[in-house]
Amino acid sequence: MADYKLRRSLLYVPGNMPSMLQNIPIFNCDSVIIDLEDAVPLSEKDAARHLVKRFLMQYTDRNKELLVRINPLDTRWGYEDLKVVLPAMPDGIRLPKADTPEIVERLDTLLTEFEEELEVEIGRFGILPSLESALGVINAVGIARSSQRIFALAFGAEDYTASMEIERSRGGEELFNARTRVLWAAKANGIQALDTIFADVGDMEGLRAETELAKRLGYTGKCLVNPRQIEVVHEVFAPKQHEVDYALQVIEAIKRARQLGTGVISLGGKMVDAPVVKRAARVLRTAYAHGMVDTLIDEEAIHGAQ
Amino acid sequence: MALNSLGREIPESYAGRKLVPYGDPYSITPSGKVAARRLRRVNPGASKLLSSLREAIEASGLKDGMTIATHHSLRNGDFLLNRLVAEIAGMGIRGIWIASSSVHPVHAEIIPHIKSGVIAGFHCGVNGLIGEMASRGELSCPIVVRTHGGRARAIMEGSVQVDVAFIAAPCCDEYGNMNGYSGPSACGSLGYAQTDALHAACVVAVTDNLVPFPVVPVSIPQTLVDYVVTVDRLGDPAKIVSTTTRITTDPVGLQIASFASQVIEASGLLKDGFSFQTGSGGISLAVSDKVRGAMHRGNIKGSFGCGGITGYFVEMLEEGLFGALMDVQCFDQEAVKSIARNRAHQEIGADMYANPFNAGAVVNRLDCVILGATEVDTSFNVNVNTESNGYLLHNTGGHSDTAAGAKLSIIVAPSIRGRLPIVRDRVTTVTTPGETIGVVVTERGIAVNDRHPELKEELIRRKLPVKEIGELQREICRVTGTPRPLQFEDQVVAVIEYRDGSIIDAVRRVKE
Repeated sequence: MADYKLRRSLLYVPGNMPSMLQNIPIFNCDSVIIDLEDAVPLSEKDAARHLVKRFLMQYTDRNKELLVRINPLDTRWGYEDLKVVLPAMPDGIRLPKADTPEIVERLDTLLTEFEEELEVEIGRFGILPSLESALGVINAVGIARSSQRIFALAFGAEDYTASMEIERSRGGEELFNARTRVLWAAKANGIQALDTIFADVGDMEGLRAETELAKRLGYTGKCLVNPRQIEVVHEVFAPKQHEVDYALQVIEAIKRARQLGTGVISLGGKMVDAPVVKRAARVLRTAYAHGMVDTLIDEEAIHGAQ
Repeated sequence: MALNSLGREIPESYAGRKLVPYGDPYSITPSGKVAARRLRRVNPGASKLLSSLREAIEASGLKDGMTIATHHSLRNGDFLLNRLVAEIAGMGIRGIWIASSSVHPVHAEIIPHIKSGVIAGFHCGVNGLIGEMASRGELSCPIVVRTHGGRARAIMEGSVQVDVAFIAAPCCDEYGNMNGYSGPSACGSLGYAQTDALHAACVVAVTDNLVPFPVVPVSIPQTLVDYVVTVDRLGDPAKIVSTTTRITTDPVGLQIASFASQVIEASGLLKDGFSFQTGSGGISLAVSDKVRGAMHRGNIKGSFGCGGITGYFVEMLEEGLFGALMDVQCFDQEAVKSIARNRAHQEIGADMYANPFNAGAVVNRLDCVILGATEVDTSFNVNVNTESNGYLLHNTGGHSDTAAGAKLSIIVAPSIRGRLPIVRDRVTTVTTPGETIGVVVTERGIAVNDRHPELKEELIRRKLPVKEIGELQREICRVTGTPRPLQFEDQVVAVIEYRDGSIIDAVRRVKE
C-alpha cells in the first residue's frame, strides 16, 4: 500500500480556463483533477494541454495533489496529453474509461517510458483509474491489481448510468451494486475508493446525504465539480469528537501494552489489538487534517518499534 | 508641499484653506465650541408650507457663494440634488458649494452646472463620473473627500458652514416633523441628515408624502425645520433601497469569507456582547452568514450590529443574536420595514455613529468591522477612493471611522481584481491608515498587522494560511506580473480628509 495520503476531496478544474486554473492554489481540497477530457471542447484540446503545462510549471509551491485527467488513450489526444503535461510533473493521471486491466497496463507502460525519458524515479506518476461503465465495474478487481501505480479506484456514476441506459436518481439506489463492487476491489487491494461527483451545485443537502452514504459504505473521498462543495464533503469526512477522543485512548492503551510486552490490551472492557489501532490511526490522521489534533501520529505508535 | 506621516505630499493650502497634514489617528484634540446658529421664532398660526422648490430657495435666502447640503439616504435613486441645482441655475445663483453627505452616479446630471460655474466645489466625496472627469482635468472644481464621521465633525466645528440644508423627507408633516419609514420614497434611517438639521443656518424639508400633523415617530423634529415644501417625487424607489443583496456564490468570495469568519473566531472577540459591522456586498454577507452560524452554535448573544443595515442584520436581531441595531442608513427594504416597527432597531445620526470629536461615537464600541478595499499596501494602508486607473471614483463612507474605532478591522478583498494585484508597494491613494487596519484577508492568504501578534499566533496555531503581507504581494504578482506605476500631473484635483480634519492624501490629475 502506498503511503497514507488524505483524499477526501478531489476537485475537477477545466484545463482550458486560465481564470480557474490560477485559483487552484487557494482551495483547500486535498487533490485537484485538471480536466483535459470532457470539460474541454474539441477545438481547444491542443491549447488546453499547453495551458495546463504552463500552469503546472509555474505552480512551484504545490500545496495539494495534482492529477490530470487525460483523454482516453484510444483517442487521438490521449498520448499527446501525456507527452505535453508529464514534463510539468503532475502527481498522477486520472485515466477515463478504464474498462479493462489492459488499458491501465498500457498507461503504466507509457508512464514508465516517460519517466525514463524525463529521468525521474520509476513509479513517480500515479494512476487513478475511472470505473465508469458496466465493463469497468465488472473488471474492478483485475483493474485494481493491474498496476503498482494505482493508489485508488474512482467510481464515475455519470458515464456508468449512461452505459447502463438508466437515469441517475437523487437517492442513488441504482448505483448501489456498482459502488459496492468498486469498494470491494479497492479494499481487497489495500487502496482507496473515491466516490463519484454530485452534479447539482446548488443542492448542498443532496450532496451531504450522498457523501454520508458513500462514507458509511467505506469510501474515503469524493470527486467534486465546484469548490463550494469542499466544505460539506470535509464536514462529512471529519471524525466526530468522541471518535477522536477514543482513538487517542486507543493509541495510549497500545503504547502501554507494548511497554508490557504485548500487542493486545483491554480498554474499557473492549479488546484493543492491531485492527483497532489501525482504525484509530486513520481517525487521527483525518483529525489532524481537520485541525482537531495538533500532532500527526507516527508510524511507530501504530506498528510498534521494529 | 509638505509630507504627512505616511509620506504623502500634501499641498500647503487647498481651495483657500490651510491644510493640516495627517499625523496619526488619535492625537488631534479639538478646541473651541460647537458651531452655533441664530435663534429663531415661529409664532402660533404661522405656516411653514411653501409651494415649490424655487419658493423654498428664495425663502432660504440662498445667495452666490453659499453652501447647500442634501443627504444620500436615497442613494442612486435621489432626484432632489439634480432638481435643486437646476432650479438654482435657473435663478441665476452662482458659485454654490455642495456639502451633501455623498454624491452618486445619478448626479452626473449636474456636470454642466459645474462647467458653467453654478457649482463651485464639493465639500464631500463623489461617486462616479464627476470624480472621473475631475481626475482627467475635464472639470475644475475643488473636492474635499470626507468620511461620514468627518463630515459630521466638520459641520459641528463650523469648518464647513451649511447655509441651507434641503432634507429629503419621505414622510413629513406641514410643521416639519419627519421620518424615513414610509411613503413612496421610504429609505429608513435619516442618519446623515440629522447633523444638517441641527447645524445648517436654514433647514428646508422636501417631501413627496405630506401627512397630517404630527408624524410619529419623529426622526427630525419640527423645532429644527424652517420650511416644508412638497414635490411630485423625491426619488426612484427601485434605486433608493436595493432588493436584498445575496450571499456571494463565487467560490473565491466564499473562500475569503470563510477565512474572515475564522479570523473573527480566532480573535477571541466572538463572545457574549459581540458587536459587529459589515457592508452589504456579497462577501460581507457571506462573512455575516458564517458569523451568524458560529453565534448560534456557541449560543452567543451579541451586543449590537452597526452601520448601513441590511435585512441580514435584521434577521440576526430578530433571532436574538444582537440586542440592538445602530442604524445610520438602511440598505434594503427589510431594514426599512424593521426600523419602522422594532424599538431595538435604533436610528442614529452620523455624529453619534462616527464623529471623532464628541464624547464618544458608536464606532468606538465596535469589536469587529469587515471592510473592502480597491488596493492595500505593504504598510496596510487602504485605498477605497481611487481605482487602478487613478480616477477618483468612490467616496470614503465610514471606512476610516470604523477602522479607527473597532478593536479589529478586517479587510476582505480578492487578491486579483481586473488582472491587477490588490496588494501594492504603495496604494495610489491612502483612504484609511494602516495603523488602524488589523488583518487583510484574501483567498490566497491572511496578512496580520504586527499590532496584533497574539491573533497572528492563534491563526497560525489554527493552521490558517498566514503570510507576511510582502510575501502575499509577491505571490499575487507571480500570477499578475507587476503593474506599471500610474503617471500623475502636479495638479491636485481632490484632497482626502481624515476623520479628524487632517489631510491623509491628495488626488492628482492623471497624466493621459
